[in-house]
Amino acid sequence: MPKINSSAEFAALRKEVLSSRDPNRPCIAVCTGSGCLALGAANLVTALKDEIQAQGLESRIEVRETGCPGFCERGPLIVVYPDETCYLKVQPADAKEVIASVLEKTVIDRLLYVDPVTGERVVHEMDIPFYQNQLRLLIGNNIKLDPTSIEDYLAIGGYAALEKALCQMKPEQVVGLVKESGLRGRGGGGFPSGNKWEFTRNAPDPVKYVVVNADEGDPGAFMDRALLEGSPHAVLEGLIIGAYAIGAHEGFLYVRQEYPLAVENITLAIKTAEEYGFLGKNILGSGFDFIVEVAQGAGAFVCGEETALIRSLEGKAGEPKPRPPFPAVRGLWDKPTNINNVETWANIPLIINKGPAAFASVGTAGSKGTKIFSLVGKVKNTGLVEVPMGITLRDIVYKIGGGIPGDKRFKAVQTGGPAGGCMPESLLDMEVDFDQLTKAGSMMGSGGMIVLDEETCMVDFARFFLAFLADESCGKCVPCREGIQQMLTILTDITQGKGKKGDLDLLLQLTEVSGASLCALGKGAPNPVMSTLKHFRDEYEAHIEGKCPAFTCKELFSFYIEPEKCQACTNCGRKCPAGAIEGGKNLIHVVDQAKCTKCGACLEACPPRFGAVTRIPGKAVPAPLPEDARTIVRGNK
Amino acid sequence: MSELVLQIDGREVTAQEGATILEAAESVGISIPTLCHHHKLEPYGGCRVCSVEVEANGRTVVVAACTYPAEKNVVVRTKTEKLDRIRKALVEMMMAHAPDSEKLVELAEEYGADKDRFKRNQSFCIHCGLCVRYCNEVKKKNALGFIDRGAKKRICFIPEIAAKECWQCKECFPLCPTSALQAAFVLNEAITTPSSAEHSCSCGHGAGK
Repeated sequence: MPKINSSAEFAALRKEVLSSRDPNRPCIAVCTGSGCLALGAANLVTALKDEIQAQGLESRIEVRETGCPGFCERGPLIVVYPDETCYLKVQPADAKEVIASVLEKTVIDRLLYVDPVTGERVVHEMDIPFYQNQLRLLIGNNIKLDPTSIEDYLAIGGYAALEKALCQMKPEQVVGLVKESGLRGRGGGGFPSGNKWEFTRNAPDPVKYVVVNADEGDPGAFMDRALLEGSPHAVLEGLIIGAYAIGAHEGFLYVRQEYPLAVENITLAIKTAEEYGFLGKNILGSGFDFIVEVAQGAGAFVCGEETALIRSLEGKAGEPKPRPPFPAVRGLWDKPTNINNVETWANIPLIINKGPAAFASVGTAGSKGTKIFSLVGKVKNTGLVEVPMGITLRDIVYKIGGGIPGDKRFKAVQTGGPAGGCMPESLLDMEVDFDQLTKAGSMMGSGGMIVLDEETCMVDFARFFLAFLADESCGKCVPCREGIQQMLTILTDITQGKGKKGDLDLLLQLTEVSGASLCALGKGAPNPVMSTLKHFRDEYEAHIEGKCPAFTCKELFSFYIEPEKCQACTNCGRKCPAGAIEGGKNLIHVVDQAKCTKCGACLEACPPRFGAVTRIPGKAVPAPLPEDARTIVRGNK
Repeated sequence: MSELVLQIDGREVTAQEGATILEAAESVGISIPTLCHHHKLEPYGGCRVCSVEVEANGRTVVVAACTYPAEKNVVVRTKTEKLDRIRKALVEMMMAHAPDSEKLVELAEEYGADKDRFKRNQSFCIHCGLCVRYCNEVKKKNALGFIDRGAKKRICFIPEIAAKECWQCKECFPLCPTSALQAAFVLNEAITTPSSAEHSCSCGHGAGK
């Protein structure tokens, strides 16, 4: 491919790409993001290609391996173009039928989405409620693109924003547009991106750097991975525009090693962009030079904090540095550095293409545009969802997420990653944006969203996040290293039945010390405790009294067989791995509390029509029947 | 270097641009407690005992005086009830490691800290980093460093370097506010006894073998 040297050549290239494509040619887009790959998408692709080859249909049907469109729960999934027919949970054995349906222009009913309420089958991707209630400005492109093909990206208007910014605008104008759009950093801080760009641009040192923060570390979050895997060129395009606006000629993409496919796709994207002249010297003939290098992190959570990331890039231990000075003034190798998260960079082409007003037309007063969340936990439709800022939590959990599986009761939704907070049912109608989430004692974070149902123990949940943070603390400052450890000790004691009166006050006192931490990891560490303590204090108190109401903390509940319900079916005794159930033919069964490991096998084994096995909060259970009173006398036999 | 004026504990203080709050305060005799700070070393901000409140643009934040730059017109408070509570708790957390450290005992007296508030930890080290930083920044030998992270983080001599450099130096020893450094060194000594050529003391480890 010859290098593109001007706006005119770029226009010609786009025209050529578009003219070589027939929009009516059938194309089977198979999601090959990490989620669907784990569910066997690679085998599906092979099966489809083999079938096409066997039938000699190579010129008639295209198979495109794409990025993740978000509905990971139902993978492997495919979308058949031009009709946009969406099939879910497609197996390699379905390949033949899929090819036949493409040829015959029919629809395979059994692979369609079935609306759980109406029972109706939904043909088109956009009509599935999971997608219908989203606004997928960023990840919506994933299913349309082969991430390894720059032509696919060009065909949907890719790099048009780059051409517009570099060839038609001054750097200051680009900064102005981003400021005007109201875009705020998607990595967690929510700082206005345009202002951050301006600080870096105005820093006196002529050598500046731009960095993509792809060190996505929140447990259960994978928004950035999906963007890098599925739309690497969009991230890259945003970065090049940012570099131009800021005046940087060198950029870095810091991505965690645990994302091999993201590393592969972005590395290839950089190489291809260089070949086309979107990177390198004199980009598009604008006179602007810019190169990007991919750096892999070893997976330390704290390296997502920008000063720790910088140190890691410099080859030092990933420990945060005090701010100020901010990276915009003194960052990488002491040069002004602008660091934005993957999703922030991916929004830039959108702002340039559609204009700041269009971007800002979506969202709330203080938070513009869309936000991608990874919706996980006790919710029917797990996956990635991109929603307009200002949507309510209820809409995300119920309209998009489809509600709680098994008709269980909703308990809380956790946002903001490990240092975020939990919001109870009373806050479900809250509008989701940066400021509202912070006000509610949580935060936007990078977009993790974990739904919890009645069976989640909030104390144990808070303990999980503190254990994560204790493990991920860099250990530099005392309030974080020692403070989290002390809070964790208290919480662990509480979940193990060793909680004491006064523990809750001590926890609250410790949260004050966290505020003296060096970086956001330590400062945010009390959030999981504070927010659960605020909304679910009764659960903490119950634990201190020796009861776990959610039956999660093993030391704080017991299994018990109700004598009057036991029919001596012997199921539970046979399933118990600990030999903790005494019983026999025609004998009422009894749990030996000393032997019981609380695995719950007996509860599952007990036939629902008897429902004899129950759980009792606390350690005290009714005394077992004396052995001579355990014989079941059956009537009429 | 231009000068700027800020307010510390109600007093107008003139500071050089680039100075830290700690330096600005000390220049007028306002004392802020420190532990991991050392005038020969780069500010570190590890122990946070020097935490002060800084008020700017209507917001009050707790920052480390040793690393935070003196800024124009900010209002700094070095003694408040909240800071006392924070310092007390920090000292208590460190005393779980080193209850008999002179420096900590001194601070404990000042802030009414209870050395037994938290469960005793096996390690004496409070991670002030004075030894590591001194060896790195002043001696430029890097004979010891931190390994691991979080609660598992500890200081460790690099045997290959320590065997050559430490015998004659040991300048880090008096810096350590606890006995952790000595403990780590003794451990290291056992595995790095130098060869007779480098080692010529009378301990019997090297010469004559």
